[in-house]
Amino acid sequence: MLRSDFNQSLDALQSDLAEMGRLVGETTRQAVQALASRDAELAQQVIENDDVIDNLQDSLEQKCISLLATQQPAASDLRTVMSVVHLGVELERMGDYAEGIAKLCLRIYQEPLLKPLIDIPRMSDLALKMLNESLQAFAERDEFLARKVCQDDDVVDDLYNQIYRELLTYMLQDPRNIERATYLLWVAHDLERIADRATNIAERVIWLMSGRIASSRQLKSERVGRF
Amino acid sequence: MTAATSTATAASVAAAAATETGAGAAASPAPAIRAVDVGVYYGDNKVIEGVSLDLPEHEITAIIGPSGAGKSTLLRCINRMNDLIEIFRMEGEMWFGDFNLYAPNSDPTQIRYRIGMVFQRPNPFPKSIYENVAFGPRINGYAGRLEDIVEESLRAAALWDEVKDRLKESALALSGGQQQRLCIARALAVRPSVILMDEPCSALDPIATLAIEELMQELKQQYSIIIVTHNMQQAGRVSDKTAFLMPDENRVAHLIEFDDTARMFTNPSDERTEAYITGRFG
Repeated sequence: MLRSDFNQSLDALQSDLAEMGRLVGETTRQAVQALASRDAELAQQVIENDDVIDNLQDSLEQKCISLLATQQPAASDLRTVMSVVHLGVELERMGDYAEGIAKLCLRIYQEPLLKPLIDIPRMSDLALKMLNESLQAFAERDEFLARKVCQDDDVVDDLYNQIYRELLTYMLQDPRNIERATYLLWVAHDLERIADRATNIAERVIWLMSGRIASSRQLKSERVGRF
Repeated sequence: MTAATSTATAASVAAAAATETGAGAAASPAPAIRAVDVGVYYGDNKVIEGVSLDLPEHEITAIIGPSGAGKSTLLRCINRMNDLIEIFRMEGEMWFGDFNLYAPNSDPTQIRYRIGMVFQRPNPFPKSIYENVAFGPRINGYAGRLEDIVEESLRAAALWDEVKDRLKESALALSGGQQQRLCIARALAVRPSVILMDEPCSALDPIATLAIEELMQELKQQYSIIIVTHNMQQAGRVSDKTAFLMPDENRVAHLIEFDDTARMFTNPSDERTEAYITGRFG
Protein backbone atom coordinates (compact mmCIF):
# COMPACT_ATOMS: atom_id res chain seq x y z
CA MET A 1 0.00 0.00 0.00
CA LEU A 2 1.24 3.47 -0.82
CA ARG A 3 1.99 5.97 1.93
CA SER A 4 2.26 3.34 4.63
CA ASP A 5 4.28 5.66 6.89
CA PHE A 6 1.59 8.29 6.66
CA ASN A 7 -1.07 5.69 7.41
CA GLN A 8 0.89 4.61 10.45
CA SER A 9 1.07 8.20 11.63
CA LEU A 10 -2.70 8.53 11.25
CA ASP A 11 -3.22 5.33 13.23
CA ALA A 12 -0.81 6.52 15.92
CA LEU A 13 -2.69 9.82 16.26
CA GLN A 14 -5.91 7.96 16.80
CA SER A 15 -4.49 5.59 19.38
CA ASP A 16 -2.93 8.55 21.23
CA LEU A 17 -6.34 10.17 21.24
CA ALA A 18 -7.98 6.99 22.55
CA GLU A 19 -5.41 6.88 25.34
CA MET A 20 -6.11 10.50 26.20
CA GLY A 21 -9.84 9.76 26.22
CA ARG A 22 -9.32 6.82 28.55
CA LEU A 23 -7.36 9.03 30.94
CA VAL A 24 -10.00 11.78 30.88
CA GLY A 25 -12.72 9.22 31.62
CA GLU A 26 -10.76 7.70 34.46
CA THR A 27 -9.96 11.15 35.91
CA THR A 28 -13.61 12.20 35.80
CA ARG A 29 -14.65 8.99 37.54
CA GLN A 30 -12.04 9.59 40.24
CA ALA A 31 -13.14 13.21 40.72
CA VAL A 32 -16.73 12.19 41.44
CA GLN A 33 -15.52 9.33 43.64
CA ALA A 34 -13.29 11.74 45.58
CA LEU A 35 -16.28 14.00 46.12
CA ALA A 36 -18.60 11.18 47.21
CA SER A 37 -16.07 9.73 49.66
CA ARG A 38 -14.59 13.15 50.61
CA ASP A 39 -11.15 11.86 49.71
CA ALA A 40 -8.76 14.82 49.51
CA GLU A 41 -5.84 12.68 48.40
CA LEU A 42 -7.72 11.31 45.41
CA ALA A 43 -8.88 14.83 44.57
CA GLN A 44 -5.28 16.00 44.62
CA GLN A 45 -4.36 13.20 42.24
CA VAL A 46 -7.09 14.27 39.85
CA ILE A 47 -5.71 17.81 39.87
CA GLU A 48 -2.24 16.52 39.08
CA ASN A 49 -3.60 14.31 36.28
CA ASP A 50 -4.84 17.39 34.52
CA ASP A 51 -1.27 18.38 33.70
CA VAL A 52 -0.76 15.00 32.07
CA ILE A 53 -3.92 15.50 30.02
CA ASP A 54 -2.83 19.00 28.99
CA ASN A 55 0.55 17.67 27.87
CA LEU A 56 -1.11 14.90 25.88
CA GLN A 57 -3.22 17.47 24.08
CA ASP A 58 -0.19 19.64 23.32
CA SER A 59 1.71 16.74 21.87
CA LEU A 60 -1.28 15.49 19.88
CA GLU A 61 -1.83 18.95 18.43
CA GLN A 62 1.84 19.25 17.53
CA LYS A 63 1.72 15.93 15.69
CA CYS A 64 -1.40 17.00 13.80
CA ILE A 65 0.21 20.29 12.77
CA SER A 66 3.31 18.46 11.52
CA LEU A 67 1.21 16.05 9.50
CA LEU A 68 -0.82 18.88 8.00
CA ALA A 69 2.32 20.83 7.14
CA THR A 70 4.33 17.99 5.70
CA GLN A 71 1.92 15.35 4.40
CA GLN A 72 -0.83 17.38 2.74
CA PRO A 73 -3.63 15.06 3.86
CA ALA A 74 -6.76 15.28 1.70
CA ALA A 75 -10.42 14.17 1.90
CA SER A 76 -11.08 11.65 4.69
CA ASP A 77 -7.43 11.82 5.82
CA LEU A 78 -7.77 15.57 6.22
CA ARG A 79 -11.03 15.16 8.12
CA THR A 80 -9.36 12.57 10.35
CA VAL A 81 -6.49 14.90 11.28
CA MET A 82 -8.85 17.83 11.87
CA SER A 83 -11.11 15.59 13.96
CA VAL A 84 -8.19 14.60 16.16
CA VAL A 85 -7.40 18.29 16.70
CA HIS A 86 -11.03 19.01 17.67
CA LEU A 87 -11.40 15.93 19.84
CA GLY A 88 -8.15 16.77 21.62
CA VAL A 89 -9.59 20.17 22.54
CA GLU A 90 -12.85 18.63 23.74
CA LEU A 91 -11.04 16.05 25.88
CA GLU A 92 -8.68 18.62 27.35
CA ARG A 93 -11.66 20.72 28.39
CA MET A 94 -13.37 17.70 29.93
CA GLY A 95 -10.20 17.19 31.96
CA ASP A 96 -10.59 20.78 33.20
CA TYR A 97 -14.14 20.03 34.35
CA ALA A 98 -12.90 16.95 36.23
CA GLU A 99 -10.23 19.12 37.82
CA GLY A 100 -12.94 21.64 38.74
CA ILE A 101 -14.88 18.91 40.54
CA ALA A 102 -11.72 17.86 42.40
CA LYS A 103 -11.08 21.46 43.48
CA LEU A 104 -14.63 21.74 44.81
CA CYS A 105 -14.03 18.49 46.67
CA LEU A 106 -10.99 20.07 48.36
CA ARG A 107 -13.16 22.98 49.48
CA ILE A 108 -15.85 20.88 51.12
CA TYR A 109 -14.31 17.56 52.11
CA GLN A 110 -13.99 18.52 55.77
CA GLU A 111 -17.72 19.07 56.19
CA PRO A 112 -20.37 16.40 55.84
CA LEU A 113 -22.08 16.42 52.43
CA LEU A 114 -25.35 18.33 52.23
CA LYS A 115 -27.09 15.11 51.24
CA PRO A 116 -26.05 11.65 50.11
CA LEU A 117 -25.03 11.81 46.46
CA ILE A 118 -27.51 9.95 44.28
CA ASP A 119 -28.18 11.87 41.11
CA ILE A 120 -24.67 13.26 40.73
CA PRO A 121 -23.11 9.75 40.44
CA ARG A 122 -25.90 8.80 38.01
CA MET A 123 -25.16 11.86 35.98
CA SER A 124 -21.47 11.09 36.06
CA ASP A 125 -22.07 7.49 34.95
CA LEU A 126 -24.15 8.70 32.05
CA ALA A 127 -21.69 11.39 31.04
CA LEU A 128 -18.86 8.85 31.14
CA LYS A 129 -20.89 6.42 29.07
CA MET A 130 -21.45 9.16 26.51
CA LEU A 131 -17.75 9.92 26.50
CA ASN A 132 -16.81 6.27 25.99
CA GLU A 133 -19.41 5.78 23.30
CA SER A 134 -18.44 8.94 21.45
CA LEU A 135 -14.82 7.77 21.40
CA GLN A 136 -15.90 4.31 20.32
CA ALA A 137 -17.99 5.89 17.56
CA PHE A 138 -14.87 7.76 16.47
CA ALA A 139 -12.60 4.71 16.61
CA GLU A 140 -15.07 2.50 14.76
CA ARG A 141 -16.54 5.21 12.54
CA ASP A 142 -19.97 4.27 13.90
CA GLU A 143 -22.49 6.88 12.87
CA PHE A 144 -25.39 5.22 14.67
CA LEU A 145 -23.54 5.19 17.96
CA ALA A 146 -22.64 8.86 17.45
CA ARG A 147 -26.32 9.69 16.99
CA LYS A 148 -27.20 7.74 20.12
CA VAL A 149 -24.73 9.85 22.13
CA CYS A 150 -26.49 13.01 20.95
CA GLN A 151 -29.81 11.59 22.08
CA ASP A 152 -28.46 10.56 25.49
CA ASP A 153 -27.51 14.16 26.14
CA ASP A 154 -31.22 14.90 26.78
CA VAL A 155 -31.22 12.47 29.70
CA VAL A 156 -28.22 14.21 31.24
CA ASP A 157 -29.87 17.60 30.78
CA ASP A 158 -33.02 16.32 32.50
CA LEU A 159 -30.96 15.00 35.41
CA TYR A 160 -29.19 18.33 35.68
CA ASN A 161 -32.52 20.18 35.89
CA GLN A 162 -33.75 17.75 38.50
CA ILE A 163 -30.60 18.27 40.61
CA TYR A 164 -30.95 22.01 40.21
CA ARG A 165 -34.54 22.00 41.48
CA GLU A 166 -33.69 19.72 44.37
CA LEU A 167 -30.73 21.83 45.49
CA LEU A 168 -32.90 24.93 45.21
CA THR A 169 -35.33 23.46 47.73
CA TYR A 170 -32.44 22.82 50.14
CA MET A 171 -31.41 26.45 49.78
CA LEU A 172 -34.93 27.69 50.36
CA GLN A 173 -35.30 25.48 53.41
CA ASP A 174 -32.28 26.89 55.16
CA PRO A 175 -29.98 29.65 53.89
CA ARG A 176 -27.06 27.98 55.69
CA ASN A 177 -27.30 25.28 52.99
CA ILE A 178 -26.65 27.75 50.22
CA GLU A 179 -22.89 27.41 50.10
CA ARG A 180 -22.77 23.62 50.08
CA ALA A 181 -25.71 23.39 47.69
CA THR A 182 -24.04 25.82 45.30
CA TYR A 183 -20.89 23.70 45.26
CA LEU A 184 -22.90 20.62 44.39
CA LEU A 185 -24.68 22.57 41.69
CA TRP A 186 -21.32 23.48 40.21
CA VAL A 187 -20.35 19.82 40.22
CA ALA A 188 -23.56 18.97 38.38
CA HIS A 189 -22.84 21.76 35.94
CA ASP A 190 -19.35 20.40 35.26
CA LEU A 191 -20.83 16.98 34.53
CA GLU A 192 -23.44 18.50 32.27
CA ARG A 193 -20.68 20.24 30.34
CA ILE A 194 -18.73 16.97 30.03
CA ALA A 195 -21.80 15.37 28.47
CA ASP A 196 -22.15 18.34 26.10
CA ARG A 197 -18.56 17.91 24.99
CA ALA A 198 -19.15 14.19 24.40
CA THR A 199 -21.98 15.34 22.14
CA ASN A 200 -19.54 17.62 20.33
CA ILE A 201 -17.30 14.60 19.75
CA ALA A 202 -20.27 12.68 18.36
CA GLU A 203 -21.11 15.56 16.00
CA ARG A 204 -17.50 15.56 14.87
CA VAL A 205 -17.76 11.82 14.10
CA ILE A 206 -20.74 12.49 11.84
CA TRP A 207 -18.70 15.18 10.10
CA LEU A 208 -15.74 12.86 9.79
CA MET A 209 -17.87 10.28 8.04
CA SER A 210 -20.06 12.49 5.91
CA GLY A 211 -18.25 15.82 5.61
CA ARG A 212 -21.47 17.38 6.90
CA ILE A 213 -21.56 19.62 9.94
CA ALA A 214 -24.75 19.04 11.88
CA SER A 215 -25.80 20.28 15.30
CA SER A 216 -26.91 17.73 17.84
CA ARG A 217 -30.41 19.21 17.62
CA GLN A 218 -30.52 18.44 13.89
CA LEU A 219 -29.09 15.00 14.51
CA LYS A 220 -31.69 14.24 17.18
CA SER A 221 -34.53 15.27 14.92
CA GLU A 222 -33.41 12.86 12.21
CA ARG A 223 -34.86 9.46 12.80
CA VAL A 224 -32.16 7.17 11.52
CA GLY A 225 -31.93 4.09 13.59
CA ARG A 226 -30.43 0.83 14.26
CA PHE A 227 -31.77 0.96 17.80
CA MET B 1 46.81 6.27 -10.06
CA THR B 2 48.36 2.87 -9.57
CA ALA B 3 46.34 -0.23 -8.82
CA ALA B 4 47.86 -0.39 -5.34
CA THR B 5 46.78 3.10 -4.28
CA SER B 6 43.42 2.55 -5.86
CA THR B 7 42.86 -0.52 -3.67
CA ALA B 8 44.12 1.29 -0.61
CA THR B 9 41.69 4.11 -1.32
CA ALA B 10 38.80 1.70 -1.76
CA ALA B 11 39.66 0.14 1.59
CA SER B 12 39.76 3.50 3.31
CA VAL B 13 36.43 4.51 1.79
CA ALA B 14 34.94 1.27 3.09
CA ALA B 15 36.56 1.84 6.49
CA ALA B 16 35.10 5.32 6.65
CA ALA B 17 31.66 3.88 6.07
CA ALA B 18 32.23 1.25 8.75
CA THR B 19 33.24 3.93 11.25
CA GLU B 20 30.02 5.77 10.53
CA THR B 21 27.88 2.71 11.08
CA GLY B 22 29.46 2.06 14.43
CA ALA B 23 28.66 5.52 15.76
CA GLY B 24 24.91 5.27 15.26
CA ALA B 25 23.89 4.89 18.90
CA ALA B 26 25.28 8.18 20.24
CA ALA B 27 22.92 11.00 21.17
CA SER B 28 24.05 12.99 18.20
CA PRO B 29 25.24 10.32 15.78
CA ALA B 30 28.12 10.91 13.42
CA PRO B 31 26.80 12.42 10.22
CA ALA B 32 26.82 10.39 7.01
CA ILE B 33 28.16 13.40 5.16
CA ARG B 34 29.66 16.55 6.60
CA ALA B 35 30.13 19.68 4.50
CA VAL B 36 32.45 22.25 6.05
CA ASP B 37 32.34 25.78 4.65
CA VAL B 38 31.86 24.52 1.11
CA GLY B 39 32.19 27.04 -1.69
CA VAL B 40 31.90 26.25 -5.39
CA TYR B 41 33.30 28.10 -8.38
CA TYR B 42 32.74 27.62 -12.08
CA GLY B 43 35.83 29.34 -13.48
CA ASP B 44 35.88 32.73 -11.77
CA ASN B 45 32.18 32.61 -10.93
CA LYS B 46 31.33 31.81 -7.36
CA VAL B 47 28.04 29.87 -7.31
CA ILE B 48 27.90 28.56 -3.72
CA GLU B 49 29.36 30.12 -0.61
CA GLY B 50 29.99 28.93 2.91
CA VAL B 51 27.75 25.87 3.18
CA SER B 52 28.29 23.82 6.34
CA LEU B 53 25.96 20.91 6.92
CA ASP B 54 25.85 17.62 8.80
CA LEU B 55 23.71 15.21 6.82
CA PRO B 56 22.47 12.54 9.23
CA GLU B 57 22.80 8.81 8.81
CA HIS B 58 19.72 6.71 8.08
CA GLU B 59 17.62 9.74 7.50
CA ILE B 60 16.35 11.49 4.41
CA THR B 61 17.59 15.02 3.92
CA ALA B 62 15.86 17.18 1.36
CA ILE B 63 17.64 20.07 -0.31
CA ILE B 64 15.12 22.65 -1.47
CA GLY B 65 15.32 26.12 -2.96
CA PRO B 66 14.43 28.14 -6.03
CA SER B 67 16.04 27.61 -9.44
CA GLY B 68 19.67 28.61 -9.44
CA ALA B 69 20.07 27.99 -5.73
CA GLY B 70 22.85 25.47 -6.32
CA LYS B 71 20.89 22.47 -5.02
CA SER B 72 22.12 20.02 -7.66
CA THR B 73 25.62 21.51 -7.63
CA LEU B 74 25.87 20.96 -3.90
CA LEU B 75 24.52 17.42 -4.24
CA ARG B 76 27.00 16.62 -6.98
CA CYS B 77 29.86 17.85 -4.81
CA ILE B 78 29.14 14.97 -2.46
CA ASN B 79 30.13 12.18 -4.85
CA ARG B 80 32.44 14.33 -6.92
CA MET B 81 30.24 14.32 -9.99
CA ASN B 82 31.24 17.94 -10.56
CA ASP B 83 34.80 16.76 -11.22
CA LEU B 84 33.57 15.99 -14.72
CA ILE B 85 33.17 19.73 -15.31
CA GLU B 86 36.54 21.16 -16.18
CA ILE B 87 36.04 24.66 -14.75
CA PHE B 88 34.61 23.36 -11.45
CA ARG B 89 36.50 24.10 -8.25
CA MET B 90 35.45 23.47 -4.67
CA GLU B 91 36.79 25.05 -1.51
CA GLY B 92 36.10 23.88 2.01
CA GLU B 93 35.79 20.24 2.97
CA MET B 94 33.44 17.37 2.31
CA TRP B 95 33.63 14.38 4.65
CA PHE B 96 32.16 10.90 4.37
CA GLY B 97 32.49 9.54 7.90
CA ASP B 98 36.13 10.26 8.65
CA PHE B 99 37.10 10.04 5.02
CA ASN B 100 37.96 13.31 3.29
CA LEU B 101 36.23 13.04 -0.07
CA TYR B 102 38.52 15.65 -1.63
CA ALA B 103 41.80 14.32 -0.25
CA PRO B 104 44.40 14.31 -3.04
CA ASN B 105 44.67 10.52 -3.11
CA SER B 106 40.94 9.75 -3.05
CA ASP B 107 39.46 7.98 -6.04
CA PRO B 108 36.18 9.44 -7.36
CA THR B 109 35.17 6.10 -8.88
CA GLN B 110 35.42 4.34 -5.53
CA ILE B 111 33.60 7.20 -3.89
CA ARG B 112 30.74 6.84 -6.35
CA TYR B 113 30.32 3.17 -5.44
CA ARG B 114 29.86 4.15 -1.80
CA ILE B 115 27.80 7.24 -2.57
CA GLY B 116 25.40 6.26 -5.32
CA MET B 117 23.31 8.57 -7.42
CA VAL B 118 19.89 8.56 -9.05
CA PHE B 119 19.15 11.20 -11.65
CA GLN B 120 16.21 13.28 -12.74
CA ARG B 121 15.41 11.22 -15.80
CA PRO B 122 15.58 7.47 -15.49
CA ASN B 123 18.71 6.52 -17.43
CA PRO B 124 18.91 2.73 -17.64
CA PHE B 125 21.57 1.28 -19.92
CA PRO B 126 20.12 0.01 -23.23
CA LYS B 127 20.59 -3.53 -21.96
CA SER B 128 18.47 -6.13 -20.23
CA ILE B 129 16.97 -5.51 -16.81
CA TYR B 130 19.36 -8.09 -15.39
CA GLU B 131 22.42 -6.53 -16.99
CA ASN B 132 21.55 -3.09 -15.72
CA VAL B 133 21.79 -4.30 -12.14
CA ALA B 134 24.63 -6.81 -12.64
CA PHE B 135 26.82 -4.31 -14.46
CA GLY B 136 28.22 -2.48 -11.42
CA PRO B 137 29.02 -5.51 -9.26
CA ARG B 138 30.58 -7.29 -12.26
CA ILE B 139 33.03 -4.54 -13.20
CA ASN B 140 33.67 -4.09 -9.51
CA GLY B 141 34.85 -7.72 -9.34
CA TYR B 142 32.02 -8.93 -7.12
CA ALA B 143 32.95 -12.37 -5.83
CA GLY B 144 29.50 -13.79 -5.00
CA ARG B 145 26.73 -14.95 -7.29
CA LEU B 146 25.54 -12.13 -9.51
CA GLU B 147 22.02 -13.62 -9.63
CA ASP B 148 21.77 -13.13 -5.90
CA ILE B 149 22.82 -9.54 -5.85
CA VAL B 150 20.54 -8.76 -8.81
CA GLU B 151 17.56 -10.25 -6.99
CA GLU B 152 18.48 -8.61 -3.68
CA SER B 153 18.88 -5.20 -5.30
CA LEU B 154 15.66 -5.47 -7.31
CA ARG B 155 13.80 -6.53 -4.18
CA ALA B 156 15.26 -3.64 -2.21
CA ALA B 157 14.10 -1.30 -4.96
CA ALA B 158 10.58 -2.80 -4.78
CA LEU B 159 10.79 -3.88 -8.41
CA TRP B 160 11.46 -7.63 -8.19
CA ASP B 161 7.84 -8.80 -8.29
CA GLU B 162 7.18 -6.76 -11.40
CA VAL B 163 10.22 -7.92 -13.39
CA LYS B 164 11.28 -11.31 -12.05
CA ASP B 165 9.78 -13.13 -15.07
CA ARG B 166 11.36 -10.86 -17.65
CA LEU B 167 14.87 -10.15 -16.44
CA LYS B 168 16.26 -10.72 -19.93
CA GLU B 169 14.00 -8.11 -21.52
CA SER B 170 15.25 -4.66 -22.37
CA ALA B 171 15.17 -2.19 -19.51
CA LEU B 172 13.87 0.39 -21.96
CA ALA B 173 10.57 -1.50 -22.19
CA LEU B 174 9.78 -0.65 -18.57
CA SER B 175 7.57 2.28 -17.58
CA GLY B 176 9.23 5.49 -16.39
CA GLY B 177 8.55 4.69 -12.74
CA GLN B 178 9.90 1.17 -13.15
CA GLN B 179 12.98 2.48 -14.96
CA GLN B 180 13.64 4.85 -12.08
CA ARG B 181 13.34 2.02 -9.55
CA LEU B 182 15.69 0.00 -11.79
CA CYS B 183 18.19 2.85 -11.57
CA ILE B 184 17.82 2.75 -7.79
CA ALA B 185 18.42 -1.03 -7.87
CA ARG B 186 21.48 -0.42 -10.04
CA ALA B 187 22.82 2.05 -7.49
CA LEU B 188 22.10 -0.37 -4.61
CA ALA B 189 23.86 -3.28 -6.34
CA VAL B 190 27.30 -1.83 -5.62
CA ARG B 191 26.44 -1.57 -1.93
CA PRO B 192 26.55 2.15 -1.28
CA SER B 193 25.83 3.64 2.11
CA VAL B 194 24.63 7.01 0.84
CA ILE B 195 22.23 7.56 -2.05
CA LEU B 196 21.99 10.93 -3.73
CA MET B 197 18.78 11.64 -5.62
CA ASP B 198 18.58 14.56 -7.99
CA GLU B 199 14.89 15.31 -8.55
CA PRO B 200 14.21 11.61 -8.95
CA CYS B 201 10.47 12.00 -9.50
CA SER B 202 10.25 15.04 -11.73
CA ALA B 203 9.75 12.89 -14.84
CA LEU B 204 7.25 10.57 -13.17
CA ASP B 205 3.47 10.57 -12.77
CA PRO B 206 1.96 11.00 -9.28
CA ILE B 207 1.47 7.29 -8.58
CA ALA B 208 5.01 6.38 -9.67
CA THR B 209 6.18 9.32 -7.54
CA LEU B 210 4.42 7.95 -4.46
CA ALA B 211 5.97 4.53 -5.15
CA ILE B 212 9.46 6.07 -5.16
CA GLU B 213 8.70 8.06 -1.99
CA GLU B 214 7.47 4.90 -0.31
CA LEU B 215 10.62 3.10 -1.40
CA MET B 216 12.75 5.88 0.08
CA GLN B 217 11.15 5.32 3.48
CA GLU B 218 12.20 1.69 3.32
CA LEU B 219 15.67 2.43 2.01
CA LYS B 220 16.49 4.85 4.79
CA GLN B 221 16.63 1.95 7.25
CA GLN B 222 19.82 0.90 5.48
CA TYR B 223 21.03 3.95 3.65
CA SER B 224 21.37 7.67 4.16
CA ILE B 225 19.47 9.53 1.47
CA ILE B 226 19.91 13.06 0.20
CA ILE B 227 17.32 14.28 -2.25
CA VAL B 228 17.20 17.46 -4.27
CA THR B 229 13.66 18.38 -5.09
CA HIS B 230 11.93 21.43 -6.49
CA ASN B 231 8.69 19.99 -5.19
CA MET B 232 8.28 21.43 -1.73
CA GLN B 233 5.37 19.15 -0.89
CA GLN B 234 7.56 16.20 -1.71
CA ALA B 235 10.28 17.48 0.62
CA GLY B 236 7.63 17.76 3.34
CA ARG B 237 6.30 14.28 2.73
CA VAL B 238 9.51 12.32 2.50
CA SER B 239 12.28 13.98 4.43
CA ASP B 240 13.41 14.04 8.04
CA LYS B 241 15.59 17.11 7.62
CA THR B 242 15.43 19.93 5.13
CA ALA B 243 18.12 22.28 3.89
CA PHE B 244 16.99 25.48 2.22
CA LEU B 245 19.37 27.12 -0.24
CA MET B 246 18.86 30.49 -1.86
CA PRO B 247 20.93 32.66 -4.21
CA ASP B 248 21.75 36.24 -3.16
CA GLU B 249 21.57 39.27 -5.46
CA ASN B 250 24.93 38.27 -6.97
CA ARG B 251 23.53 34.82 -7.72
CA VAL B 252 25.75 33.19 -5.14
CA ALA B 253 23.85 30.50 -3.28
CA HIS B 254 23.87 30.28 0.52
CA LEU B 255 22.42 27.85 3.00
CA ILE B 256 19.64 29.82 4.66
CA GLU B 257 18.27 27.23 7.05
CA PHE B 258 18.73 23.58 7.95
CA ASP B 259 16.39 21.92 10.42
CA ASP B 260 13.97 19.09 11.12
CA THR B 261 11.47 19.06 8.27
CA ALA B 262 8.46 19.17 10.59
CA ARG B 263 9.89 22.25 12.28
CA MET B 264 10.88 23.92 9.04
CA PHE B 265 7.40 23.43 7.60
CA THR B 266 5.55 24.64 10.69
CA ASN B 267 7.79 27.29 12.15
CA PRO B 268 10.86 28.16 10.07
CA SER B 269 13.31 30.47 11.81
CA ASP B 270 14.31 32.58 8.80
CA GLU B 271 11.79 34.81 7.07
CA ARG B 272 13.24 33.91 3.66
CA THR B 273 12.47 30.25 4.35
CA GLU B 274 8.97 31.25 5.42
CA ALA B 275 8.49 33.23 2.19
CA TYR B 276 9.71 30.34 0.05
CA ILE B 277 7.75 27.63 1.86
CA THR B 278 4.54 29.61 1.76
CA GLY B 279 5.01 30.27 -1.94
CA ARG B 280 5.60 34.03 -1.60
CA PHE B 281 8.56 33.82 -3.96
CA GLY B 282 10.60 31.33 -5.98
